[in-house]
Amino acid sequence: MTTEKLIQVKDLQKHFKGGEIKALDGVTTDIHRGEVVVVIGPSGSGKSTFLRCLNLLELPTGGTITFEGTDITDPHCNINLHRQKMGMVFQHFNLFPHMTLLKNMTIAPVKLLKKSQADAEKKAMELLERVGLADRAGAYHSPLSGGQKQRLAIVRALCMEPDVMLFDEPTSALDPEMVGEVLDVMKQLARDGMTMVVVTHEMGFAREVGDRVLFMADGKLIEEGSPYKLFTNPQSPRLQDFLGKVL
Amino acid sequence: MSDWFAKLQQDFVLNFVSDNRWKYLTSGLANTLKITFFAVLIGIALGVVIAIVRSTWDKNKETMRPGLGKVLLGVGNALCQIYLTVIRGTPVLVQLMIIYYIIFASSNNGVLIATLAFGINSGAYVAEIIRGGIMSTDNGQFEAGRSLGFNYVQTMWYIVIPQALKSVLPALANEFIVLLKETSVAGYVAIRDLTKGGDIIRGVTYSPFLPLIAVALIYLVMVMFFTWLVGRLERRLRSSDH
Repeated sequence: MTTEKLIQVKDLQKHFKGGEIKALDGVTTDIHRGEVVVVIGPSGSGKSTFLRCLNLLELPTGGTITFEGTDITDPHCNINLHRQKMGMVFQHFNLFPHMTLLKNMTIAPVKLLKKSQADAEKKAMELLERVGLADRAGAYHSPLSGGQKQRLAIVRALCMEPDVMLFDEPTSALDPEMVGEVLDVMKQLARDGMTMVVVTHEMGFAREVGDRVLFMADGKLIEEGSPYKLFTNPQSPRLQDFLGKVL
Repeated sequence: MSDWFAKLQQDFVLNFVSDNRWKYLTSGLANTLKITFFAVLIGIALGVVIAIVRSTWDKNKETMRPGLGKVLLGVGNALCQIYLTVIRGTPVLVQLMIIYYIIFASSNNGVLIATLAFGINSGAYVAEIIRGGIMSTDNGQFEAGRSLGFNYVQTMWYIVIPQALKSVLPALANEFIVLLKETSVAGYVAIRDLTKGGDIIRGVTYSPFLPLIAVALIYLVMVMFFTWLVGRLERRLRSSDH
């Protein structure tokens, strides 16, 4: 982890129905290069909205997000270019069912980074090798297990060689016995120094891999700090209550 | 029985062989195929564009930032709405006659005019079919495309449209079967399509049975062949996923 601020979030707001519903209500935090930030909180706390605002899949209604020195909430900025540097992994994998797995991995590098098909495939095979799925490359994705699909979705995002990876509850749709294999891939990524923002209910993962944990409730950032500090000595009653329920 | 058969043979010679009358059917069939084929292409092109405009507007009108883009899309959507309302609200024969007798009154290229008329007509139905496909494609697919850095059009083109087309293939095939048969009204404006060809023979020989049955059989065979073709395509697409 370095002190370089990769993403700066200032007073982030996401309101629906003209302010009646505040999904995000003034969140401010920095994400440093190489840092693993884990976002926890009860459902409806705004943690997924927060994550989806980071690459503008959800348009914030107020505040700013600065990514690598550029204010990406500025309407004149070309968000597509910045998204190429921000990989995202979804709860439901969202692999493209009409393409082979290899095409899933290579279409974005070929079309967007203008890589040759051969180069993109080489990179994809390298990454598939690392997650132990190289033998599946030619197949369409259906006969795969959820755990395999999610590992492939991670590889698809990595093929763009992003500077940060955003994980939106990556293990929530998995059968319990598949959770481990996906978390292992994420741990390996963290060890390799990838900057990661992870929304999850896996407290074990937060504790083991997280450099910093953010606790959110009601659209607000209630408490943040090292996993050790948050899990052993929670300050706010909301966090104490939450940890009492999930641990 | 042998009387009936001899009569049929006589009829056959009269309707198809004498004066090479079968040529009315083959040249008519050629025109029907030309009109249908190019009308299908026009229909798909129009349909995809209109479906994208309409679904883009429907999905984003609430969240779009105000500006020129939103105004243009709003206007485009309104134009598409008018087109859909007019085309789906009037009979294809009336549209054909308006295009033939009013818009292209100075042209006598009937096949081209019919192609345009049926293409424009079909586009409206195709647009609504494809729009249904786009709206029913999982939004996660769209988000996955955008999150990789694809812009809106690229995401539509590479990710959403192929899946939408696949899921609406049976409905599209149905639309094209309807279109093939609908072109039979082209004879109304003196275009010599398959139906008109049969009718010309009937008018010359005063023997309606064989020419009209022949025309019906040719349509039937074409539709059966097309249905078989689409069935094969569907099976191939299905085997490639799920």
